[in-house]
Amino acid sequence: MKHLRSINRKAERLEKFVEDPDDVVALQQGSQPPAAPHIPLGCTLVFSPGWEADRSGGTAGLCTPVERDLFDCHEGCYWPAQVPDQLNHAQNWTSKCASAQKDWRKLDLVFP
Amino acid sequence: MTPALQPREFHSFGAAGREFVYLVPSAAVFELDDVASAILARLGQGPASPATLIEELSSRFPEPDLQDTMSELVRVQAIGGDTPSKAPVPKILPIGAAVGAEPGKPIPLTTMVLNVTNQCNLSCTYCYEYGEDKIVDTENGKQAKFMSEETARESVEFMLRESGPNRVAHLTFFGGETLLNLPVLKFAIPYARQRAAEMGKQVDFSLTTNATLMRPDVIEFLVENQVGVTISIDGPQEVQDRFRIFHNGTGSYEMVAPKIRELLARHRSRPIGARVTLTAQNLDIRKIFRHLRDEIGFWEVGFAPVTTASNRQYAIAEEGFDSMLAQFQSLAAEFLAYAVEGRHHGFSNVKDTLEEIHKGVSKAYPCGAGLGLMGVSTDGDVALCHRFAGSETHKLGTVRDGVDRLVQIGFLDKHHIDDKTDCHQCWARPLCSGGCYHEAHTRYGDTAHANLHYCEWIRGWTDTCLKIYAELSVRNPGYLKQFDEEVEHEASQVN
Repeated sequence: MKHLRSINRKAERLEKFVEDPDDVVALQQGSQPPAAPHIPLGCTLVFSPGWEADRSGGTAGLCTPVERDLFDCHEGCYWPAQVPDQLNHAQNWTSKCASAQKDWRKLDLVFP
Repeated sequence: MTPALQPREFHSFGAAGREFVYLVPSAAVFELDDVASAILARLGQGPASPATLIEELSSRFPEPDLQDTMSELVRVQAIGGDTPSKAPVPKILPIGAAVGAEPGKPIPLTTMVLNVTNQCNLSCTYCYEYGEDKIVDTENGKQAKFMSEETARESVEFMLRESGPNRVAHLTFFGGETLLNLPVLKFAIPYARQRAAEMGKQVDFSLTTNATLMRPDVIEFLVENQVGVTISIDGPQEVQDRFRIFHNGTGSYEMVAPKIRELLARHRSRPIGARVTLTAQNLDIRKIFRHLRDEIGFWEVGFAPVTTASNRQYAIAEEGFDSMLAQFQSLAAEFLAYAVEGRHHGFSNVKDTLEEIHKGVSKAYPCGAGLGLMGVSTDGDVALCHRFAGSETHKLGTVRDGVDRLVQIGFLDKHHIDDKTDCHQCWARPLCSGGCYHEAHTRYGDTAHANLHYCEWIRGWTDTCLKIYAELSVRNPGYLKQFDEEVEHEASQVN
């Protein structure tokens, strides 16, 4: 910080805290990794099991409630990034979308 | 539309020609540059959007500076949007359990205050243990007048058990007049030392005394055992003899002064402090300080206003608090001049507060009573602190059966700063947290009551100490380094 100078130890801690905010890792710029990465639960940046479907294929027993995602968006994450899990469950989700700018309408919802 | 910015909670003050803020409740102290000062000054007149701020202040500061400064002030929560976060912060009890739930891990006991006797050879008019405001009937009550060796032994075991992972436990002897029960001290000190050593711990000993019984052999004993000593004394003869009198009414100055001088000459291993009780009739703080430090030779002198109901003739009234503050401030200015030169001054009230400011203490509770500090009565009852020792209402357990965790949790729940609504708008609450439970009990009949009679005094005094702290950070930052090292709180000054 340039305009505030930490005087006591608590101010130093506070400064360190706000200078190193826990942020979405994927959006980090530059070479410094954050001290303790914020892991947004329910965000598809993390492949939490059961995010899109529970073990029986339905949505009733999701390990993370859908509200958690909204909450996470509000709290720590810039954007909820509600995209399907393209590694496991919806591998072809973007196959019809060659250019997102042009073809974004072809990205459809994914149903369990 | 961008939400308007407005000030959050802080106290701003100037020192050494610069501007500072004390943020609440984080207790962080920041120095402001001109841009930050200008933004806070503008927002002090009313909320404004970032665009408005830039428009109004861009003639004085470049826009990027204003943007950066606003962002910094927002990040440390000195300012914010017009709707502060409504997310309720849950009340966190330090013992790690909610009311009604299974108790969590107990807080280690740092200091145990052992009331080795409730008898005293003086009868100071204002005494909270004997005077008009006493809680426990020490004359006709069920309590033993002197603690037995067996109870002292059980107390030491209790202390070591409760000290948990702490390597050092502090044991403070208290009374009544502590030295009336010298045999128990002579038993408890070696016993505690031996038991602690067996457990790989250490015990730090201290006591508070009126010095009437400070004979040469007692001094030798204290020196040999490195016992920290705090002397209760009010000042020069005419001041001391006003309230600190023997049962027959004669003053105690002539008896104690030579004994204290002898103690100070002989006991060099630990700093010896004086602890002064201020009353309506005894408020000449500079004079008292001069006498105790320069003429008697105390290393440190600490002052505390008498704890009393408001209708006592010696109670300090509102004007008294004003004059007390003015005198504290003048002595504090002297402290600052010493500290700037890196010299020891000895006005311990300032030093204690500076240490808390340095660490950024933000308290949920005014003191460690019922947490890291407990008092033990002559018969082994464990109370919130020594001032409540022996009171059935404020009992937390016994040294034999330990602390009743549910009672302790109940106490911590009831006395949390979140429940002191009177304090919620006060910027001094990180340091004060409502003030002494015993004072509140005496004034308002309720330990959970905020001590509203001295709010102005607390804010005035905290402001004074913040200014001293900030000035030292500019003129002699090295002086503040000493507070980094004092990790374990010096617990010898119990009063």
